[in-house]
Amino acid sequence: MPSKFKPYRGSRRGFYCGEEVNRKGFTMRYAEPPFRARGPVSEQLLAALRAPASDADETLAGFSENLANALGSVHDILRDDDLQVSLLVLHGLHYGSVVDADEEWEWHPVTVAARVAIEREFERQLRAVVPPTPLPQPEAEAVASALFELTKPTPGPSLARFIAKRANADHVREYLVLRSVYTLKEADAQTWTIPRLNGRAKAALVEIQTDEYGGGREERMHSSIFAKAMRELGLDDTYAAYLDSVPALIIASFNMMSMFGLNRRLRGASAGHYAAYEMTSSLPNRMIGDGIRRLGYGEAVSDYFDEHVEADAVHEQIAGRDLAGGLAEQEPDLVADIIFGANASVCIDGWGAEEALAAWIAERSALRQPITSDEFPYPADVVEMEGAK
Amino acid sequence: MSSSEIVTCVNGPLLVRGDFELVDSNGETIDCRRRTVALCRCGSSNIKPFCDGTHKLMGFRTEPIDDETPGEN
Repeated sequence: MPSKFKPYRGSRRGFYCGEEVNRKGFTMRYAEPPFRARGPVSEQLLAALRAPASDADETLAGFSENLANALGSVHDILRDDDLQVSLLVLHGLHYGSVVDADEEWEWHPVTVAARVAIEREFERQLRAVVPPTPLPQPEAEAVASALFELTKPTPGPSLARFIAKRANADHVREYLVLRSVYTLKEADAQTWTIPRLNGRAKAALVEIQTDEYGGGREERMHSSIFAKAMRELGLDDTYAAYLDSVPALIIASFNMMSMFGLNRRLRGASAGHYAAYEMTSSLPNRMIGDGIRRLGYGEAVSDYFDEHVEADAVHEQIAGRDLAGGLAEQEPDLVADIIFGANASVCIDGWGAEEALAAWIAERSALRQPITSDEFPYPADVVEMEGAK
Repeated sequence: MSSSEIVTCVNGPLLVRGDFELVDSNGETIDCRRRTVALCRCGSSNIKPFCDGTHKLMGFRTEPIDDETPGEN
């Protein structure tokens, strides 16, 4: 059913493209990002990124010490707003399209050191909270079997079941906002792992990524299909447009993938994480597609989820057996990290989904703050069911 | 090596990659939309002939279960 409402293309809220001078007298040559700092580390970082990297001695004076203090006192880095936003911004210098900044910052010694410092503490805490499971033999089929076992579907309440049966249009919008942190850059984190692999494992990852990137058709790139769904629901598909609404734990889930992808040392974790991510995708995405159809939205919105039912049933086989399993056979010492990466995916994404579901069941928003848009296309039958809204 | 291969995935679908054409029983081409496809072999998929992962809900097995051989105590 075609939407009868014109999609809302949000203004690029917060972007300012002219030059201005901040209160310390630095020329702010780069645009303000569409999201805010969440503490002293991200505040100084975001302010510094608005000026050229050549001003770093002044703009980042005391930054390393402030960061060291923050890292020394953080008890739960997975839920630490300031540090997770900072890490997203630092990874964003490598991705692009996260903040407008001098490209020299990508490999500036201070930003690289900050990225690595946050990653080290993040990894240390991840390894402490992710429960260990028995390790399989370093044989492809044994590794695939172990990964399918630790990702096997569980009965009971889940975010996907809620969307299938109970969600209203606002829930679906919140869900897309939460997913957008990763999905507008879908598969990019794992692409960093490709040159760190060889042989069977590399061929497997390239085969999956070819499909993720649409097999040569831009409009079939998964990130493009997701952006289309956002626009259909009246959401701004600019990266990080709604970051202020996203809890730290959801940002941590994406930062974890970026960290696994950017560090060659963590290639085992990246492979295991991706396998688990693919293995926990087809069945939930079918439920989400069902929920979207129940609400009366058309294919333009459900396409992303329907595509993943079919695609990830292929990817999970390749990722389990050839990517993770193939890597385990080549480098048996990586089996522990493969299983760690898989458990980290199940654990962290599981917590994120549980927290969102708990909020919805308590009739609260799952977001940190409400999203704003002045027009929102409710499908006609939802308006009828729910009355004037 | 042949130009196409079919992988019989343990407890899962048939993975088909390479040069192939998928046709229905009338010989009409089925649009695969991707280069490598997973074909359902548990019979429970909702998107046949493709796999949708439902075999994981059915406990579908492709291998005999050694410790549950019928007739043995």
